[in-house]
Amino acid sequence: MKNRAKITKNAFIYLCLTLWAVIVLFPFYWMLLSSIKSYSSYNREYTPKFYATSPTLSNYADAFTSVPLSRYLLNTLIFTVITTAVMLIVITLAAFAFARLDFAGKDLVFTLFLALMMIPNELVIITNYVTITDLNLRNTFTGLILPSVTSVFYIYLLKENFAQVGDDLYKAAKVDGTSDMRYLLKVLIPICRPTMITIVILKVIECWNSFVWPRLVTDKQDHFLVSNGIQEIRESGFGRENIPAMMAAVVIISLPLIILFLVFHKKIMEGVATGGTKG
Amino acid sequence: MHNKNNLKGWLYLLPALVFVGVFMVYPLIDVMVYSVEEGYNFASQSYNGVGLYNYSYVLHDPYFLQAIKNTFILVMITVPLSTTIALLISLALNSISKLKDLFQTIFFLPYVTNTLAVGLVFMILFKKTAYSDGLINMFVNLFGGRSIDFITGSYSAKMFVMCLYTIWVVLPFKILILTSALASVPKVYYSAAEVDGTGSFRTFYKITLPMISPMIFYLVITGFIGAFKAYSDEVALFGTDLNSAGMNTIVGYIYDMLYGNSGGYPSFASAAAIILFAIVLTITVINLMVSRKVAVK
Repeated sequence: MKNRAKITKNAFIYLCLTLWAVIVLFPFYWMLLSSIKSYSSYNREYTPKFYATSPTLSNYADAFTSVPLSRYLLNTLIFTVITTAVMLIVITLAAFAFARLDFAGKDLVFTLFLALMMIPNELVIITNYVTITDLNLRNTFTGLILPSVTSVFYIYLLKENFAQVGDDLYKAAKVDGTSDMRYLLKVLIPICRPTMITIVILKVIECWNSFVWPRLVTDKQDHFLVSNGIQEIRESGFGRENIPAMMAAVVIISLPLIILFLVFHKKIMEGVATGGTKG
Repeated sequence: MHNKNNLKGWLYLLPALVFVGVFMVYPLIDVMVYSVEEGYNFASQSYNGVGLYNYSYVLHDPYFLQAIKNTFILVMITVPLSTTIALLISLALNSISKLKDLFQTIFFLPYVTNTLAVGLVFMILFKKTAYSDGLINMFVNLFGGRSIDFITGSYSAKMFVMCLYTIWVVLPFKILILTSALASVPKVYYSAAEVDGTGSFRTFYKITLPMISPMIFYLVITGFIGAFKAYSDEVALFGTDLNSAGMNTIVGYIYDMLYGNSGGYPSFASAAAIILFAIVLTITVINLMVSRKVAVK
Protein backbone atom coordinates (compact mmCIF):
# COMPACT_ATOMS: atom_id res chain seq x y z
CA MET A 1 0.00 0.00 0.00
CA LYS A 2 2.77 2.40 0.94
CA ASN A 3 4.63 1.41 -2.21
CA ARG A 4 1.68 2.32 -4.38
CA ALA A 5 1.40 5.74 -2.76
CA LYS A 6 5.06 6.27 -3.46
CA ILE A 7 4.67 5.34 -7.12
CA THR A 8 1.72 7.70 -7.49
CA LYS A 9 3.70 10.48 -5.85
CA ASN A 10 6.66 9.85 -8.12
CA ALA A 11 4.48 9.80 -11.21
CA PHE A 12 2.98 13.11 -10.14
CA ILE A 13 6.45 14.62 -9.65
CA TYR A 14 7.59 13.47 -13.08
CA LEU A 15 4.39 14.81 -14.60
CA CYS A 16 4.96 18.26 -13.09
CA LEU A 17 8.60 18.34 -14.14
CA THR A 18 7.70 17.30 -17.67
CA LEU A 19 5.01 19.96 -17.79
CA TRP A 20 7.52 22.64 -16.81
CA ALA A 21 10.05 21.28 -19.33
CA VAL A 22 7.40 21.66 -22.03
CA ILE A 23 6.72 25.26 -20.96
CA VAL A 24 10.46 26.00 -21.09
CA LEU A 25 11.03 24.35 -24.45
CA PHE A 26 7.82 25.39 -26.19
CA PRO A 27 8.93 28.90 -27.26
CA PHE A 28 11.99 27.34 -28.88
CA TYR A 29 9.84 24.79 -30.68
CA TRP A 30 7.48 27.52 -31.81
CA MET A 31 10.26 29.72 -33.18
CA LEU A 32 11.70 26.76 -35.10
CA LEU A 33 8.28 25.71 -36.38
CA SER A 34 7.24 29.20 -37.49
CA SER A 35 10.56 29.69 -39.23
CA ILE A 36 9.92 26.79 -41.62
CA LYS A 37 6.35 27.77 -42.51
CA SER A 38 6.04 29.73 -45.70
CA TYR A 39 4.78 33.32 -45.48
CA SER A 40 1.48 32.48 -47.19
CA SER A 41 0.79 29.31 -45.24
CA TYR A 42 1.59 31.04 -41.95
CA ASN A 43 -0.84 33.84 -42.64
CA ARG A 44 -3.53 31.45 -43.84
CA GLU A 45 -3.57 29.73 -40.45
CA TYR A 46 -6.17 31.63 -38.47
CA THR A 47 -5.84 28.87 -35.92
CA PRO A 48 -2.12 28.16 -35.62
CA LYS A 49 -1.06 24.59 -36.43
CA PHE A 50 1.47 22.63 -34.39
CA TYR A 51 3.19 21.28 -37.49
CA ALA A 52 4.27 22.63 -40.86
CA THR A 53 2.37 21.24 -43.85
CA SER A 54 5.04 22.14 -46.41
CA PRO A 55 8.27 23.03 -44.63
CA THR A 56 10.55 25.47 -46.41
CA LEU A 57 13.95 26.98 -45.76
CA SER A 58 13.29 30.08 -47.87
CA ASN A 59 12.77 32.20 -44.72
CA TYR A 60 16.39 31.60 -43.80
CA ALA A 61 17.50 32.89 -47.18
CA ASP A 62 15.22 35.92 -46.66
CA ALA A 63 16.67 36.53 -43.23
CA PHE A 64 20.13 36.93 -44.69
CA THR A 65 19.18 38.89 -47.81
CA SER A 66 16.50 41.38 -46.77
CA VAL A 67 18.13 42.47 -43.49
CA PRO A 68 21.90 42.72 -42.82
CA LEU A 69 21.80 39.72 -40.48
CA SER A 70 25.32 38.53 -41.33
CA ARG A 71 26.54 42.05 -40.52
CA TYR A 72 24.85 41.89 -37.08
CA LEU A 73 26.37 38.47 -36.43
CA LEU A 74 29.83 39.58 -37.48
CA ASN A 75 29.59 42.74 -35.34
CA THR A 76 28.53 40.72 -32.33
CA LEU A 77 31.37 38.27 -32.90
CA ILE A 78 33.97 41.05 -33.11
CA PHE A 79 32.49 42.79 -30.07
CA THR A 80 32.37 39.57 -28.04
CA VAL A 81 35.88 38.39 -28.90
CA ILE A 82 37.64 41.71 -28.29
CA THR A 83 35.69 42.59 -25.14
CA THR A 84 36.32 39.17 -23.63
CA ALA A 85 40.02 39.14 -24.59
CA VAL A 86 40.72 42.62 -23.21
CA MET A 87 38.76 41.87 -20.07
CA LEU A 88 40.70 38.66 -19.52
CA ILE A 89 44.06 40.46 -19.68
CA VAL A 90 42.90 43.28 -17.40
CA ILE A 91 41.37 41.02 -14.74
CA THR A 92 44.26 38.53 -14.77
CA LEU A 93 46.82 41.24 -14.09
CA ALA A 94 44.64 42.81 -11.40
CA ALA A 95 43.80 39.49 -9.75
CA PHE A 96 47.51 38.61 -9.70
CA ALA A 97 48.39 41.92 -8.08
CA PHE A 98 45.73 41.42 -5.41
CA ALA A 99 46.54 37.77 -4.77
CA ARG A 100 50.35 37.69 -4.92
CA LEU A 101 52.04 41.07 -4.88
CA ASP A 102 52.59 43.23 -1.83
CA PHE A 103 52.24 46.94 -2.20
CA ALA A 104 51.12 49.93 -0.19
CA GLY A 105 47.39 50.61 -0.38
CA LYS A 106 46.45 47.14 -1.67
CA ASP A 107 43.82 46.41 0.97
CA LEU A 108 42.23 49.80 0.56
CA VAL A 109 41.93 49.44 -3.22
CA PHE A 110 40.57 45.91 -2.88
CA THR A 111 37.89 47.04 -0.44
CA LEU A 112 36.99 49.82 -2.83
CA PHE A 113 36.63 47.30 -5.66
CA LEU A 114 34.37 45.13 -3.52
CA ALA A 115 32.19 48.14 -2.75
CA LEU A 116 31.92 48.90 -6.47
CA MET A 117 30.37 45.48 -7.08
CA MET A 118 27.20 46.81 -5.49
CA ILE A 119 26.87 49.76 -7.86
CA PRO A 120 24.16 49.14 -10.46
CA ASN A 121 25.01 49.68 -14.09
CA GLU A 122 22.11 52.12 -14.51
CA LEU A 123 23.87 54.61 -12.30
CA VAL A 124 27.07 54.82 -14.34
CA ILE A 125 25.69 54.30 -17.83
CA ILE A 126 24.45 57.89 -18.15
CA THR A 127 27.90 59.45 -17.81
CA ASN A 128 29.47 56.72 -19.93
CA TYR A 129 27.00 57.58 -22.66
CA VAL A 130 27.98 61.24 -22.44
CA THR A 131 31.70 60.38 -22.31
CA ILE A 132 31.53 58.18 -25.40
CA THR A 133 29.41 60.76 -27.25
CA ASP A 134 31.87 63.55 -26.38
CA LEU A 135 34.80 61.45 -27.59
CA ASN A 136 33.00 60.99 -30.89
CA LEU A 137 33.01 57.25 -30.37
CA ARG A 138 29.34 56.61 -31.15
CA ASN A 139 28.88 53.96 -33.82
CA THR A 140 32.40 52.60 -33.35
CA PHE A 141 33.64 49.33 -31.92
CA THR A 142 35.86 51.25 -29.49
CA GLY A 143 32.81 52.96 -28.06
CA LEU A 144 30.94 49.67 -27.79
CA ILE A 145 33.80 47.78 -26.20
CA LEU A 146 35.53 50.14 -23.72
CA PRO A 147 32.81 50.46 -21.04
CA SER A 148 31.89 46.78 -21.42
CA VAL A 149 35.35 45.59 -20.37
CA THR A 150 35.09 46.54 -16.69
CA SER A 151 34.14 43.61 -14.53
CA VAL A 152 34.96 43.98 -10.86
CA PHE A 153 33.23 40.75 -9.95
CA TYR A 154 35.46 38.61 -12.18
CA ILE A 155 38.58 40.22 -10.68
CA TYR A 156 37.28 39.13 -7.30
CA LEU A 157 36.47 35.61 -8.51
CA LEU A 158 39.89 35.11 -10.11
CA LYS A 159 41.74 36.63 -7.17
CA GLU A 160 40.12 34.10 -4.83
CA ASN A 161 41.22 31.33 -7.17
CA PHE A 162 44.79 32.63 -7.51
CA ALA A 163 45.06 32.95 -3.74
CA GLN A 164 44.22 29.26 -3.32
CA VAL A 165 47.43 28.24 -5.10
CA GLY A 166 49.97 27.55 -2.36
CA ASP A 167 52.78 29.85 -1.27
CA ASP A 168 55.45 27.17 -1.73
CA LEU A 169 55.07 27.14 -5.52
CA TYR A 170 55.62 30.89 -5.62
CA LYS A 171 58.61 30.70 -3.26
CA ALA A 172 60.16 27.87 -5.28
CA ALA A 173 59.75 29.94 -8.45
CA LYS A 174 61.36 32.92 -6.72
CA VAL A 175 64.33 30.80 -5.61
CA ASP A 176 64.77 29.63 -9.20
CA GLY A 177 64.86 33.26 -10.25
CA THR A 178 61.57 33.12 -12.18
CA SER A 179 60.07 36.54 -12.78
CA ASP A 180 56.56 37.35 -11.55
CA MET A 181 55.23 37.56 -15.09
CA ARG A 182 56.70 34.19 -15.96
CA TYR A 183 55.25 32.65 -12.80
CA LEU A 184 51.84 34.06 -13.71
CA LEU A 185 51.97 32.78 -17.29
CA LYS A 186 53.62 29.39 -16.72
CA VAL A 187 52.28 28.34 -13.33
CA LEU A 188 49.26 30.28 -12.15
CA ILE A 189 47.26 30.52 -15.36
CA PRO A 190 47.58 26.80 -16.24
CA ILE A 191 46.52 25.82 -12.71
CA CYS A 192 43.56 28.20 -12.67
CA ARG A 193 42.43 27.47 -16.20
CA PRO A 194 39.05 25.97 -15.22
CA THR A 195 38.01 29.19 -13.47
CA MET A 196 39.26 31.29 -16.35
CA ILE A 197 37.30 29.23 -18.85
CA THR A 198 34.16 29.65 -16.75
CA ILE A 199 34.70 33.41 -16.65
CA VAL A 200 35.21 33.50 -20.42
CA ILE A 201 32.01 31.56 -21.08
CA LEU A 202 29.96 33.76 -18.75
CA LYS A 203 31.37 36.90 -20.36
CA VAL A 204 30.67 35.58 -23.86
CA ILE A 205 27.03 34.96 -22.90
CA GLU A 206 26.82 38.46 -21.42
CA CYS A 207 28.34 40.04 -24.54
CA TRP A 208 26.17 38.10 -26.96
CA ASN A 209 23.01 39.15 -25.15
CA SER A 210 23.95 42.74 -24.36
CA PHE A 211 21.31 45.17 -25.47
CA VAL A 212 21.15 48.38 -23.45
CA TRP A 213 24.65 49.75 -24.01
CA PRO A 214 24.78 48.94 -27.76
CA ARG A 215 21.35 50.52 -28.14
CA LEU A 216 22.59 53.74 -26.53
CA VAL A 217 25.79 54.14 -28.54
CA THR A 218 24.79 52.80 -31.95
CA ASP A 219 22.08 54.13 -34.20
CA LYS A 220 23.46 53.00 -37.53
CA GLN A 221 22.84 49.46 -38.70
CA ASP A 222 26.46 48.80 -39.64
CA HIS A 223 27.36 48.72 -35.95
CA PHE A 224 24.28 46.96 -34.59
CA LEU A 225 24.71 43.87 -32.46
CA VAL A 226 22.25 40.99 -32.70
CA SER A 227 19.94 42.22 -29.94
CA ASN A 228 19.58 45.60 -31.61
CA GLY A 229 19.24 43.77 -34.91
CA ILE A 230 16.25 41.83 -33.57
CA GLN A 231 14.64 45.03 -32.36
CA GLU A 232 15.27 46.65 -35.74
CA ILE A 233 13.86 43.62 -37.56
CA ARG A 234 10.82 43.70 -35.33
CA GLU A 235 10.14 47.35 -35.85
CA SER A 236 10.91 47.74 -39.55
CA GLY A 237 12.58 44.62 -40.81
CA PHE A 238 10.71 42.39 -43.22
CA GLY A 239 7.83 44.58 -44.13
CA ARG A 240 4.41 43.99 -42.66
CA GLU A 241 4.06 41.02 -40.37
CA ASN A 242 6.49 38.66 -42.04
CA ILE A 243 6.70 36.57 -38.92
CA PRO A 244 8.25 33.42 -40.46
CA ALA A 245 11.27 35.42 -41.70
CA MET A 246 11.49 37.13 -38.31
CA MET A 247 11.49 33.75 -36.58
CA ALA A 248 14.21 32.48 -38.94
CA ALA A 249 16.37 35.44 -37.89
CA VAL A 250 15.60 34.75 -34.24
CA VAL A 251 16.62 31.10 -34.66
CA ILE A 252 19.93 32.07 -36.28
CA ILE A 253 20.66 34.58 -33.52
CA SER A 254 19.81 32.15 -30.72
CA LEU A 255 21.68 29.19 -32.16
CA PRO A 256 25.30 30.08 -31.25
CA LEU A 257 24.50 30.38 -27.54
CA ILE A 258 22.35 27.27 -27.50
CA ILE A 259 25.23 25.29 -29.04
CA LEU A 260 27.64 26.82 -26.52
CA PHE A 261 25.25 25.78 -23.76
CA LEU A 262 24.83 22.22 -25.02
CA VAL A 263 28.61 21.76 -25.16
CA PHE A 264 29.47 23.47 -21.87
CA HIS A 265 26.26 23.12 -19.82
CA LYS A 266 28.04 21.54 -16.82
CA LYS A 267 30.62 24.31 -16.72
CA ILE A 268 28.12 27.10 -17.27
CA MET A 269 25.80 25.89 -14.53
CA GLU A 270 28.70 25.41 -12.10
CA GLY A 271 29.99 28.86 -12.95
CA VAL A 272 26.65 30.55 -12.44
CA ALA A 273 26.12 28.66 -9.18
CA THR A 274 29.48 29.79 -7.74
CA GLY A 275 29.10 33.26 -9.17
CA GLY A 276 25.65 33.32 -7.59
CA THR A 277 26.70 32.31 -4.10
CA LYS A 278 29.52 34.81 -4.11
CA GLY A 279 27.73 37.67 -5.83
CA MET B 1 63.64 46.66 -3.04
CA HIS B 2 60.44 47.36 -1.20
CA ASN B 3 59.82 50.44 -3.29
CA LYS B 4 60.27 48.55 -6.54
CA ASN B 5 57.68 46.02 -5.48
CA ASN B 6 55.27 48.83 -4.75
CA LEU B 7 55.63 50.09 -8.26
CA LYS B 8 55.20 46.64 -9.75
CA GLY B 9 51.97 46.01 -7.85
CA TRP B 10 50.43 49.25 -9.05
CA LEU B 11 51.65 48.53 -12.58
CA TYR B 12 49.80 45.19 -12.69
CA LEU B 13 46.74 46.93 -11.31
CA LEU B 14 46.95 49.90 -13.65
CA PRO B 15 44.75 48.67 -16.55
CA ALA B 16 41.96 47.69 -14.16
CA LEU B 17 42.29 50.98 -12.30
CA VAL B 18 42.00 52.96 -15.52
CA PHE B 19 38.87 51.10 -16.64
CA VAL B 20 37.22 51.18 -13.22
CA GLY B 21 38.21 54.81 -12.71
CA VAL B 22 36.96 56.12 -16.05
CA PHE B 23 33.86 53.97 -16.46
CA MET B 24 32.70 53.41 -12.87
CA VAL B 25 34.10 55.79 -10.26
CA TYR B 26 34.02 58.98 -12.30
CA PRO B 27 30.48 58.29 -13.62
CA LEU B 28 29.31 57.62 -10.08
CA ILE B 29 30.37 61.07 -8.95
CA ASP B 30 29.28 62.66 -12.19
CA VAL B 31 25.76 61.26 -12.02
CA MET B 32 25.22 63.00 -8.69
CA VAL B 33 26.54 66.25 -10.13
CA TYR B 34 24.26 65.94 -13.17
CA SER B 35 21.24 65.29 -11.02
CA VAL B 36 21.49 68.69 -9.32
CA GLU B 37 22.42 70.76 -12.39
CA GLU B 38 19.26 72.56 -13.41
CA GLY B 39 18.37 73.27 -17.01
CA TYR B 40 21.32 71.30 -18.34
CA ASN B 41 21.74 71.66 -22.08
CA PHE B 42 23.23 68.63 -23.79
CA ALA B 43 24.42 70.49 -26.89
CA SER B 44 26.21 73.37 -25.16
CA GLN B 45 26.92 71.37 -21.98
CA SER B 46 25.92 74.31 -19.82
CA TYR B 47 23.45 74.67 -16.97
CA ASN B 48 21.87 77.57 -15.22
CA GLY B 49 21.73 76.63 -11.57
CA VAL B 50 22.08 74.06 -8.86
CA GLY B 51 19.15 72.58 -6.97
CA LEU B 52 16.63 69.84 -6.69
CA TYR B 53 14.44 70.84 -9.64
CA ASN B 54 15.39 67.73 -11.64
CA TYR B 55 14.12 65.48 -8.86
CA SER B 56 10.92 67.41 -8.55
CA TYR B 57 10.40 67.33 -12.33
CA VAL B 58 10.90 63.57 -12.47
CA LEU B 59 8.67 62.92 -9.46
CA HIS B 60 5.87 64.94 -11.07
CA ASP B 61 6.26 63.42 -14.53
CA PRO B 62 3.21 61.18 -15.22
CA TYR B 63 5.42 58.88 -17.30
CA PHE B 64 7.72 58.38 -14.32
CA LEU B 65 4.80 57.72 -11.99
CA GLN B 66 3.45 55.19 -14.48
CA ALA B 67 6.90 53.58 -14.66
CA ILE B 68 7.09 53.41 -10.85
CA LYS B 69 3.64 51.81 -10.70
CA ASN B 70 4.49 49.25 -13.41
CA THR B 71 7.80 48.37 -11.79
CA PHE B 72 6.30 47.96 -8.31
CA ILE B 73 3.49 45.73 -9.59
CA LEU B 74 6.04 43.65 -11.50
CA VAL B 75 8.27 43.32 -8.45
CA MET B 76 5.48 42.47 -6.02
CA ILE B 77 4.03 39.79 -8.28
CA THR B 78 7.11 38.16 -9.80
CA VAL B 79 9.51 37.99 -6.84
CA PRO B 80 7.33 35.96 -4.44
CA LEU B 81 5.79 33.90 -7.23
CA SER B 82 9.04 33.00 -8.98
CA THR B 83 10.77 32.14 -5.69
CA THR B 84 7.89 29.87 -4.66
CA ILE B 85 7.71 28.13 -8.04
CA ALA B 86 11.49 27.72 -8.09
CA LEU B 87 11.34 26.15 -4.62
CA LEU B 88 8.62 23.70 -5.67
CA ILE B 89 10.49 22.71 -8.84
CA SER B 90 13.77 22.32 -6.95
CA LEU B 91 12.08 20.12 -4.32
CA ALA B 92 10.64 17.97 -7.10
CA LEU B 93 14.04 17.81 -8.84
CA ASN B 94 15.73 16.82 -5.63
CA SER B 95 13.35 13.96 -4.95
CA ILE B 96 14.11 12.13 -8.19
CA SER B 97 17.28 10.47 -9.42
CA LYS B 98 16.45 9.34 -12.95
CA LEU B 99 16.54 12.09 -15.59
CA LYS B 100 17.48 14.67 -12.94
CA ASP B 101 20.41 15.99 -14.98
CA LEU B 102 18.32 16.19 -18.13
CA PHE B 103 15.54 18.16 -16.41
CA GLN B 104 18.06 20.42 -14.73
CA THR B 105 19.74 21.21 -18.04
CA ILE B 106 16.45 21.92 -19.80
CA PHE B 107 15.27 24.17 -16.98
CA PHE B 108 18.45 26.21 -17.19
CA LEU B 109 18.21 26.82 -20.94
CA PRO B 110 16.39 30.20 -20.78
CA TYR B 111 19.31 31.65 -18.79
CA VAL B 112 21.63 31.54 -21.79
CA THR B 113 19.20 32.61 -24.48
CA ASN B 114 18.80 36.13 -25.75
CA THR B 115 15.79 37.55 -23.90
CA LEU B 116 14.94 39.83 -26.80
CA ALA B 117 14.82 36.91 -29.22
CA VAL B 118 12.63 34.73 -27.02
CA GLY B 119 10.54 37.75 -26.03
CA LEU B 120 9.63 38.13 -29.67
CA VAL B 121 8.33 34.55 -29.67
CA PHE B 122 6.26 35.26 -26.55
CA MET B 123 4.89 38.34 -28.24
CA ILE B 124 3.80 36.26 -31.23
CA LEU B 125 2.26 33.55 -29.04
CA PHE B 126 0.15 36.13 -27.22
CA LYS B 127 -0.50 38.68 -29.93
CA LYS B 128 -3.92 39.06 -31.49
CA THR B 129 -3.85 40.31 -35.05
CA ALA B 130 -6.32 40.63 -37.90
CA TYR B 131 -5.05 37.37 -39.35
CA SER B 132 -4.97 35.27 -36.23
CA ASP B 133 -5.89 35.44 -32.57
CA GLY B 134 -2.63 33.69 -31.72
CA LEU B 135 -1.88 30.40 -30.05
CA ILE B 136 -2.63 31.39 -26.47
CA ASN B 137 -6.04 32.72 -27.45
CA MET B 138 -6.72 29.39 -29.09
CA PHE B 139 -6.46 27.84 -25.62
CA VAL B 140 -8.45 30.68 -24.09
CA ASN B 141 -11.22 29.95 -26.61
CA LEU B 142 -10.93 26.24 -25.94
CA PHE B 143 -11.82 26.85 -22.31
CA GLY B 144 -14.72 29.03 -23.34
CA GLY B 145 -13.07 32.43 -22.94
CA ARG B 146 -13.14 35.28 -25.41
CA SER B 147 -9.93 36.24 -27.25
CA ILE B 148 -7.83 38.77 -25.38
CA ASP B 149 -5.38 41.22 -26.89
CA PHE B 150 -2.40 40.65 -24.62
CA ILE B 151 0.11 42.90 -26.35
CA THR B 152 -1.82 46.05 -27.27
CA GLY B 153 -4.96 45.51 -25.20
CA SER B 154 -5.94 46.23 -21.62
CA TYR B 155 -3.45 47.10 -18.90
CA SER B 156 -4.05 43.95 -16.88
CA ALA B 157 -3.65 41.71 -19.93
CA LYS B 158 -0.32 43.37 -20.75
CA MET B 159 0.79 43.18 -17.15
CA PHE B 160 -0.09 39.48 -17.15
CA VAL B 161 2.20 38.73 -20.11
CA MET B 162 4.94 40.91 -18.67
CA CYS B 163 4.90 39.06 -15.33
CA LEU B 164 4.66 35.68 -17.02
CA TYR B 165 7.62 36.35 -19.28
CA THR B 166 9.67 37.80 -16.41
CA ILE B 167 9.03 34.67 -14.33
CA TRP B 168 10.01 32.48 -17.30
CA VAL B 169 13.26 34.44 -17.61
CA VAL B 170 14.27 34.55 -13.92
CA LEU B 171 13.36 30.98 -12.93
CA PRO B 172 16.46 29.18 -14.33
CA PHE B 173 18.83 31.02 -11.99
CA LYS B 174 16.60 30.47 -8.93
CA ILE B 175 16.07 26.79 -9.69
CA LEU B 176 19.82 26.28 -10.10
CA ILE B 177 20.67 27.98 -6.81
CA LEU B 178 17.91 26.25 -4.82
CA THR B 179 18.63 22.81 -6.27
CA SER B 180 22.27 23.02 -5.24
CA ALA B 181 21.25 24.40 -1.83
CA LEU B 182 18.87 21.47 -1.34
CA ALA B 183 21.50 18.97 -2.46
CA SER B 184 23.90 20.30 0.17
CA VAL B 185 21.57 19.56 3.12
CA PRO B 186 23.27 16.61 4.87
CA LYS B 187 21.39 13.35 4.29
CA VAL B 188 21.81 12.41 7.98
CA TYR B 189 19.11 14.89 8.97
CA TYR B 190 16.58 13.23 6.73
CA SER B 191 17.52 9.74 7.93
CA ALA B 192 17.13 10.88 11.51
CA ALA B 193 13.74 12.38 10.74
CA GLU B 194 12.67 9.16 9.06
CA VAL B 195 13.72 7.07 12.04
CA ASP B 196 11.69 9.37 14.29
CA GLY B 197 8.74 8.94 11.97
CA THR B 198 8.51 12.65 11.19
CA GLY B 199 6.00 13.48 8.45
CA SER B 200 7.29 14.84 5.17
CA PHE B 201 5.72 18.26 5.56
CA ARG B 202 7.13 18.60 9.07
CA THR B 203 10.53 17.46 7.83
CA PHE B 204 10.41 20.15 5.18
CA TYR B 205 9.29 22.83 7.61
CA LYS B 206 11.65 21.90 10.45
CA ILE B 207 14.76 20.72 8.59
CA THR B 208 14.89 21.66 4.92
CA LEU B 209 13.54 25.18 5.16
CA PRO B 210 15.86 26.40 7.96
CA MET B 211 18.84 24.82 6.19
CA ILE B 212 18.21 26.55 2.88
CA SER B 213 16.74 29.79 4.23
CA PRO B 214 19.97 31.78 3.67
CA MET B 215 19.77 30.89 -0.02
CA ILE B 216 16.09 31.80 -0.19
CA PHE B 217 16.85 35.19 1.32
CA TYR B 218 19.71 35.60 -1.10
CA LEU B 219 17.35 34.88 -3.99
CA VAL B 220 14.68 37.23 -2.64
CA ILE B 221 17.21 40.05 -2.31
CA THR B 222 18.76 39.56 -5.76
CA GLY B 223 15.27 38.99 -7.14
CA PHE B 224 14.08 42.36 -5.83
CA ILE B 225 17.16 44.10 -7.22
CA GLY B 226 16.81 42.38 -10.60
CA ALA B 227 13.08 43.04 -10.93
CA PHE B 228 13.49 46.71 -10.06
CA LYS B 229 15.90 46.97 -12.97
CA ALA B 230 13.58 45.30 -15.47
CA TYR B 231 13.76 46.76 -18.94
CA SER B 232 14.80 44.57 -21.90
CA ASP B 233 12.06 41.99 -21.34
CA GLU B 234 9.51 44.79 -21.66
CA VAL B 235 11.15 46.04 -24.86
CA ALA B 236 11.02 42.51 -26.25
CA LEU B 237 7.27 42.29 -25.62
CA PHE B 238 6.01 45.79 -26.28
CA GLY B 239 8.65 47.47 -28.46
CA THR B 240 10.99 50.36 -27.74
CA ASP B 241 8.28 52.97 -27.26
CA LEU B 242 7.29 51.78 -23.80
CA ASN B 243 5.77 55.10 -22.73
CA SER B 244 3.06 55.00 -25.37
CA ALA B 245 2.44 51.33 -24.60
CA GLY B 246 1.98 52.42 -20.96
CA MET B 247 4.35 49.66 -19.90
CA ASN B 248 7.52 51.59 -19.16
CA THR B 249 9.74 50.68 -16.21
CA ILE B 250 11.98 52.94 -14.11
CA VAL B 251 15.08 51.86 -16.03
CA GLY B 252 13.21 52.33 -19.31
CA TYR B 253 12.32 55.87 -18.21
CA ILE B 254 16.00 56.60 -17.52
CA TYR B 255 17.04 55.47 -20.98
CA ASP B 256 14.18 57.29 -22.66
CA MET B 257 15.32 60.50 -20.96
CA LEU B 258 18.81 59.92 -22.27
CA TYR B 259 18.29 58.72 -25.76
CA GLY B 260 15.88 58.49 -28.66
CA ASN B 261 13.01 60.81 -29.56
CA SER B 262 12.33 61.81 -25.97
CA GLY B 263 16.01 61.89 -25.00
CA GLY B 264 18.71 64.48 -24.50
CA TYR B 265 18.09 65.08 -20.80
CA PRO B 266 20.96 63.48 -18.88
CA SER B 267 20.14 65.48 -15.75
CA PHE B 268 16.56 64.14 -15.58
CA ALA B 269 17.92 60.68 -16.32
CA SER B 270 20.45 61.06 -13.50
CA ALA B 271 17.80 62.16 -11.01
CA ALA B 272 15.65 59.17 -11.97
CA ALA B 273 18.64 56.82 -11.67
CA ILE B 274 19.42 58.09 -8.19
CA ILE B 275 15.78 57.72 -7.14
CA LEU B 276 15.92 54.13 -8.44
CA PHE B 277 19.11 53.50 -6.50
CA ALA B 278 17.55 54.90 -3.34
CA ILE B 279 14.51 52.62 -3.74
CA VAL B 280 16.65 49.53 -4.36
CA LEU B 281 18.94 50.36 -1.44
CA THR B 282 15.99 50.85 0.94
CA ILE B 283 14.35 47.58 -0.10
CA THR B 284 17.66 45.71 0.21
CA VAL B 285 18.30 47.08 3.70
CA ILE B 286 14.77 46.09 4.77
CA ASN B 287 15.32 42.63 3.31
CA LEU B 288 18.59 42.24 5.16
CA MET B 289 17.00 43.35 8.42
CA VAL B 290 14.14 40.87 8.03
CA SER B 291 16.50 38.02 7.16
CA ARG B 292 18.65 38.78 10.17
CA LYS B 293 15.63 38.77 12.44
CA VAL B 294 14.44 35.43 11.09
CA ALA B 295 17.95 33.99 11.37
CA VAL B 296 18.18 35.03 15.05
CA LYS B 297 14.90 33.26 15.78
